[in-house]
Parts: sequence; C-alpha cells; structure tokens
Amino acid sequence: MAEQKNFLITEEVINIQEVVDKVTDRNAGAVNTFIGTVRELTKGKKTLYLKYDAYVPMAEKKLAQIGDEIQIDFPEAKVAITHRIGELGITDIAVVIAVSTPHRADAFTASRYAIERIKEIVPIWKKEHWEDGEEWIGDQLEKKPYPSGKPEKEDLQ
Amino acid sequence: MIKVLLFAELEEKAGQREVEISAEEMKISDIKIYLLNKFPQLTVINTAMPAINEEYAEDEVKAKAGDNVAFIPPVSGG
Repeated sequence: MAEQKNFLITEEVINIQEVVDKVTDRNAGAVNTFIGTVRELTKGKKTLYLKYDAYVPMAEKKLAQIGDEIQIDFPEAKVAITHRIGELGITDIAVVIAVSTPHRADAFTASRYAIERIKEIVPIWKKEHWEDGEEWIGDQLEKKPYPSGKPEKEDLQ
Repeated sequence: MIKVLLFAELEEKAGQREVEISAEEMKISDIKIYLLNKFPQLTVINTAMPAINEEYAEDEVKAKAGDNVAFIPPVSGG
C-alpha cells in the first residue's frame, strides 16, 4: 500500500478507494469525491496523451496548504488529494480529491474549492500531445491565470 | 551556491532542470538576468513565478547560498 500521506504526488495509477479511506470519519455525513480525468477532445482538437510534471515537494506542500485553507472555513472537514504525474492516456485519472464533512453542502463546496485552487497555486504542469504537435498548457482555467504576469499576492498566501 | 530549478517549458528551453550559481546572495530579479544571459531563449521566465525553498517569493527578495530557487511557469494541474 502506498504511503499514507493525505497530500500526495504519485507516478502510480491512483486508487480512488485509498484516497476516500483517508478521509473516512465517524462524524462525516458526506464524502465528496472529485475525479479529474484526461479528456480526448479540447475545442475539437484531439489529444493523444498527456504528460504531467511537478515540483514534487512544493506541490505536496501546496496541496496540504489547500487542505489547511479548507479547514479554516470547515474545521471538521477532512481532505485528501492525490495527483498523478507522468504519461497519462485518455480516460486516465489525473487527480482525486476526497473531502468528508458532517453535512453534504460543505463537502461539495470544499471539493470545488480544492480543484480550483490546484489550478492556481500547485506547481504541476501538463503537456498536451496532439495529433499535430505538443504544447505545455498554462491557462487551464481558460483565462489568463496571471494577469500581472504572476498570481496576485492574495492568491499565494 | 544557489540552486535554481527550471520546470516545464523553462526546462525544455534551457535544456536542463538545474542551474547552480556560485553566489552567497542574489536577488531573484538578478537571478532572472543571470539566466537570461546564460539562456537568451528563456524569455518566458518573465511569466514564471519565483519560489524560494518551496514558497512563492517576490522579485526583490534575496536568495542565499544553500537556497533552492524555482521558477514556476503558469500551472496546469487537475
């Protein structure tokens, strides 16, 4: 079994149940699980496969920071995030986020927050390999992520 | 010695992930200039976020010998 870290970057295939088990809690009324997968078509362009790279120690630290941020708003939340790096094919799982909370609304909100925040502050990069070329992707949110050239100060705290 | 880490597009353009700079202390902005002199093709460094020892840092912050400085291009995880 993989190391029991709640915030993990791995080159292995992600076992969803293992991520869920990390947040299982007797007082949880909900476990929300977000699964991010590799899609084939982006605006009509066909992806063959993706490559993810990360600054691993910093990425794990920033994932843990997201967990801490969630606990400011939802002190009873338990959070686990595993992100895979390396070469991923179509339909492969890139990220699994599991959040447990006493009530379901908070689990949904916190999961959404976690995935959006990953796209802001966690040093993970995706390289698209298309039929006709390849490119590092830097504006996953489909907006300029850093209008001033980098995230605003408040994004990075 | 200051260790500089380059990722993704920066790594590809420089042809290496790590660069060592023999200096006791250096501002992030000066490290950028140093890298641009060494790798003129690395203009995308201006859209990267600097980090010192795994925390984001501003351009005017000084890195010291033993520090790890990383340049983080726009991220795209998830």
